[in-house]
Amino acid sequence: MFNINFYEAAVRSKVYINGAACISAQKASGNSSFFEEIQSTADNVFWAVEPDYTKLIPAASARRMAKGVKMSVAASKMAIDNAETSILDAIIIGTGLGCKIDSDKFVSAIIDSSEEFLTPTPFIQSTHNTVAGQIALGMKCTGYNNTYVHGSVSFESALLDAKLQLENNEAASILVGGVDELTEHTLKIHEKIKHIKFERIDSSQLLRSKSEGTIFGEGASFFITSNQKNINCYAELAAIEIINTLSVENLPNNLEAFLKANDLHVDEIDLAVLGNNGDAKFDVYFHTLADGMLNKINRIYYKHLCGEFFTASAFGFWLASKILKLQIIPEVAKMGEIAPSEIKNILLYNQYRGENHSFVLLKKC
Amino acid sequence: MGKGVAITGMGIISAIGINTEENFQALIHKKNGISKIELLDTAHKNEIMVGEIKLTNAQLEAPLDLPSNNNYTRTAMLGSIAAKQAISNANIFNISKYRTGLVSSTSVGGMDMTEKYFYDYLSESDSQKYITSHPAGDSTQKIAEQLGISQSLVTTISTACSSAANAIMLGARLIKAGKLDRVIVGGTDSLSKFTINGFKTLMILSDTHSAPFDENRNGLNLGEGAAYLVLESDEIVEKEHKKVLAYVKGYGNANDAFHQTASSENGDGATLAMEKALKVAGMLPSQIDYVNVHGTATGNNDLSEGRALIRVFGNTIPGFSSTKAFTGHTLAAAGAVEAVFSVLALQHNIIFPNLNFETPMKEFHLLPQTETKNKELNAVLSNSFGFGGNCSTLIFTKQP
Repeated sequence: MFNINFYEAAVRSKVYINGAACISAQKASGNSSFFEEIQSTADNVFWAVEPDYTKLIPAASARRMAKGVKMSVAASKMAIDNAETSILDAIIIGTGLGCKIDSDKFVSAIIDSSEEFLTPTPFIQSTHNTVAGQIALGMKCTGYNNTYVHGSVSFESALLDAKLQLENNEAASILVGGVDELTEHTLKIHEKIKHIKFERIDSSQLLRSKSEGTIFGEGASFFITSNQKNINCYAELAAIEIINTLSVENLPNNLEAFLKANDLHVDEIDLAVLGNNGDAKFDVYFHTLADGMLNKINRIYYKHLCGEFFTASAFGFWLASKILKLQIIPEVAKMGEIAPSEIKNILLYNQYRGENHSFVLLKKC
Repeated sequence: MGKGVAITGMGIISAIGINTEENFQALIHKKNGISKIELLDTAHKNEIMVGEIKLTNAQLEAPLDLPSNNNYTRTAMLGSIAAKQAISNANIFNISKYRTGLVSSTSVGGMDMTEKYFYDYLSESDSQKYITSHPAGDSTQKIAEQLGISQSLVTTISTACSSAANAIMLGARLIKAGKLDRVIVGGTDSLSKFTINGFKTLMILSDTHSAPFDENRNGLNLGEGAAYLVLESDEIVEKEHKKVLAYVKGYGNANDAFHQTASSENGDGATLAMEKALKVAGMLPSQIDYVNVHGTATGNNDLSEGRALIRVFGNTIPGFSSTKAFTGHTLAAAGAVEAVFSVLALQHNIIFPNLNFETPMKEFHLLPQTETKNKELNAVLSNSFGFGGNCSTLIFTKQP
């Protein structure tokens, strides 16, 4: 028999981040720094600043794409260029709400026209796998292709899938992305149920807010993951844990178990990247760690830069990867004073409204 | 030998039955579940034929014992019902005894409620509880709650009509990698105006009973349903003396990279997916005894899939049939619905009939199995393809 069992390999390959690109409300600067001038918002919403697509997407294709698809196709090209690679074995995307612009367009058209005179384009482009499909189509990539759509662990699910394949040598290079796009309807209905703060706040004061809800955002963060480290390597992706439900009380135990499984003591974490979003109701998860286990650990946050969305953690992942590579922590992300020292291990923790928690461990490569 | 992935339980609700036995009886007795739309409120009620489950939301809700202010969508209810059957079929009484995860799938998630209340959300507070039911992951979170899966790996896949096949694939890989001991895998989708109108604009909905692989096929019947399988590791099977229904032996996922909605003329993605699955299974095409084809009965799919079958199997194509003329195309759930059918085929050594086939397609001479056929089966291959070029293949076997 010629049974190829990837899972019997004696040594599991390590997984590296070899390329990264991020489109968000903040304009990313060059390779050696993080952002151009920091943008804030007083509208409780951060719209992504789109790059000049002309060099990234053929104009005829770009015209048909909604913002999320465009951002993703562009970010995927930027990540590939950044990794200086052209070989992709797989494309794996995480998106919490999928192609919401076309989805809203088609639902409202159904209602407005009483199911008559509809055109197929918004329907075709509304499916959650449009992004992964369009990237595959654009690059003629016939490899493994998958899309995860599970709230705030959509991106982490995609990462986990990629990591499984890379460490078992089923693939050598995988494009992993997290993307979500906002619509006016999404904003309006989430204001109604107070998932977006009722009071308008300045995004730079996000953590001082005492009210429930958060500020929304959108963006696309894409990465080239590989089981071979290249010269541009950002970080080693050491571990990912996804947890559907977790009480505040059980959070420390779970973090402890996660660290233990990865032979790491909490003191060895050089930086914690937390997903605080200023929601007085749910930031208690982050406070519990900040006041407890991670009390003595340097901490940063990021949702005051990109807003909250189901794949906002991909922005945090981009930030953490870049911090490991540059060994610089951007001032704007710091929670309190941080003394400069070598950064070897970064822990990321995120959850949204008490559900779909994730721990990610990145190491210097 | 590598690690086996055992199927130890399954559950299903579809237009041909509210449990596995009802589905099986309908399949062998050629009783289709295709009808005019009775429950869903749509302008196209009388124009198309679908696979609708003739239970109202209130009827689906009753056995789930939900509080009156619950915000379960039809998608979540169908999923919960099928997943609970699967757990019970696998004789699982203490779900947290082993590391248990859930990988579900859906195409439009809570769209059945969103399309009802899209504008009401802006004004009426009664409907607003469904706002958080819209994201695709919501139905999965609810199924996990129904099954008592907490502090676990729970996620959702959405690759259009190949979704559930990819959920089964991830579950198998998680077990092989030793990440989890047990994974509940499958998919759920309810009928919605969104998908009915979407496929209608593409002009691929049939106004009559769909006829997969027939020269005169005129499109698909949409369906709704949910199906879940319990995948367990060798260790659990051994320790608990579990009865194994079948094994997930092979899986393959590829992208056609041809067009956002249409399949390539020669079935490139489908061919790749089948070849990969055979490779992972360590099997030759000649070892496949039955193919449960994707077979949607659209002009494009059946031609593309047929050509892919010829490319993979050459002149000796195993017995094959599409079961979509029974259930309708249940979109994201289809891969799981047909996984259950594939396991039933193995268990009973039966190839299910492909309904409504009369005339072979002019492009090739492929004849699906049209009558229920008894045959010793050891390996069944099941295809699921979707928009976005997503092509997935699973191989189920009797032996590990």
